[in-house]
Amino acid sequence: MVLCLTLVCLVCAAVLGGMYALTYEPIRKANENILKASIGAVLPEGVEIGALESVSSDGGTFEYYPAVKDGEAVAYAVKSTAIGFGGPLSLMVGVLKDGTVFNTSVLSCTETPGLGAKCQESGSHFRTQFQGFGADKVLKVTKDGGDVDAITASTITSRAYALAVSNAVAVAKYLAGSAEAVDTASGASVPEEKKGEE
Amino acid sequence: MEYFAIIISAIFVNNILLAQFLGICPFLGVSNKISTATGMSGAVCFVITLATLVTYLINQYLLVPFGLEFLQTIAFILVIASLVQIVEIVLKKISPSLYQALGIFLPLITTNCAVLGVAITVVTKEFTFGGTAHMLNLGQAMVYALATSVGYGIAMILFAGLREHLAGNEVPKPFRGLPIALITVSMMAMAFLGFSGMV
Amino acid sequence: MGKKMSLILDGFVKNNPTFVLVLGMCPTLATTTSAINGLEMGLATLFVLVLSNIAISLLAPIVPDKVHIPVYIVVIATFVTVLQLVMQAYTPGAYTTLGLFIPLIVVNCIVLGRAEAFANKNGVLDSALDGLGVGLGFTLSLTVIGIIREILGSGSVFGWKFIPGDGILAFVMAPGAFLVLGYLMVLFNKYLKK
Repeated sequence: MVLCLTLVCLVCAAVLGGMYALTYEPIRKANENILKASIGAVLPEGVEIGALESVSSDGGTFEYYPAVKDGEAVAYAVKSTAIGFGGPLSLMVGVLKDGTVFNTSVLSCTETPGLGAKCQESGSHFRTQFQGFGADKVLKVTKDGGDVDAITASTITSRAYALAVSNAVAVAKYLAGSAEAVDTASGASVPEEKKGEE
Repeated sequence: MEYFAIIISAIFVNNILLAQFLGICPFLGVSNKISTATGMSGAVCFVITLATLVTYLINQYLLVPFGLEFLQTIAFILVIASLVQIVEIVLKKISPSLYQALGIFLPLITTNCAVLGVAITVVTKEFTFGGTAHMLNLGQAMVYALATSVGYGIAMILFAGLREHLAGNEVPKPFRGLPIALITVSMMAMAFLGFSGMV
Repeated sequence: MGKKMSLILDGFVKNNPTFVLVLGMCPTLATTTSAINGLEMGLATLFVLVLSNIAISLLAPIVPDKVHIPVYIVVIATFVTVLQLVMQAYTPGAYTTLGLFIPLIVVNCIVLGRAEAFANKNGVLDSALDGLGVGLGFTLSLTVIGIIREILGSGSVFGWKFIPGDGILAFVMAPGAFLVLGYLMVLFNKYLKK
């Protein structure tokens, strides 16, 4: 009885160890490809993507990848997270040196399917409105006096998305030297008096 | 405050049965009577809390330091299965009355996905409270496990109450048994949707 | 040959895991928010089911009766972990969407149920076919539920949108899962069950 259990466990352990070793490289590559694709999608073409760096502020630590052209940083892909309706909403935001948003992509999202999860549809108006979002406009949903059109019935998700983009822009501005400090709001995406919407 | 957020969220907003769909099989299986539903809820509550404590510690001090997170599934299910066995034996010796009440449900719990589900959730999911995302520490994980199983109990006992009434009614033949039960759960889930946005 | 064929076909109607055996309800309800998610979940379960059935039919004669449940759980958990690793490597998108419900295949009663009810007293080939049949039946049920919920909830099928507008959101969320499964069971009881 004991012998049999031991044998089965040994065989299973061997199988698992082997599989882990076999898939280690493909998993690493798959994760790398996802990251590369998300960075590539939010930056202009023909730039070289630098190594991961990070910058700290009151709002937390932000990881970013500088985009280099002719030896000079022209844009930044900033990883930015805000709290949405169902949990953390993590974005990759490409910001040009002058503070204009180039494009955004969703890294991870736990929003409600059919509602907030629509922020993952890359061709939708909600997503395309961020492309070329200028520094002259305000990165808040229209309900809060900004210029971002919210997803229907998903104000909290839209607010979190706008906040994440806005934080990323603040980081990029700091990196580009046009702002003294990183002016980011912390994760509280929902203003106190507006809780309970959506 | 964070404990309050975790508790409300686990019991009502993300109710394990009605929003996360974990532990549905025993939910449909033993909810014919309030008394069995209460017994099952008690047993689940006990095992979930205990299993979460053990698996959390195993993950923290055994799997993570050695980079063996990929073994979570197999390690956790073995821990849960043996834990259920131990609980059964200990209960039989120490408290025969409690064993009488919970005993018959214990073997069913190994394959209750709520237990494994909660154990995996507390070590992998980021929770949001106070405006930022965190991994749970041990205290929070225990509170989450306890609150989740209370939520399981509440949904289970409420549903058993509804089902007892259902039994006395003339239900069209193809609807009898599970179909009408599922449609009733759907209404309950709709009611629980009202809690979303609370935390 | 007819017998082998019927082993597979039984899984669709006579032994349909969702509508007749009512097993594996958790993934059935949770992952069918769209047709493609239902299909992926079904295929993931099929993979584990076939492999564990094969392994258990081979092991059954040499495993003492007293420890057969722990052995089965170890075997099933091993295949689930293999599946997790393979999915992370080659279909990371599906792995993220299905999330928690991939490791939870371990406690899916269908897998342990088939091991206990069929694989431990039948040959390798029959067990593999039984796993294939039940797995395909499960995949079919999940895909059908996914299609219905996707049409009603988002106005599309397999991501192809043919009804403009938002759809009835409740069908993508939890209540819709219970409702669709309930009504499908009614139809199944009325027309297919003898």
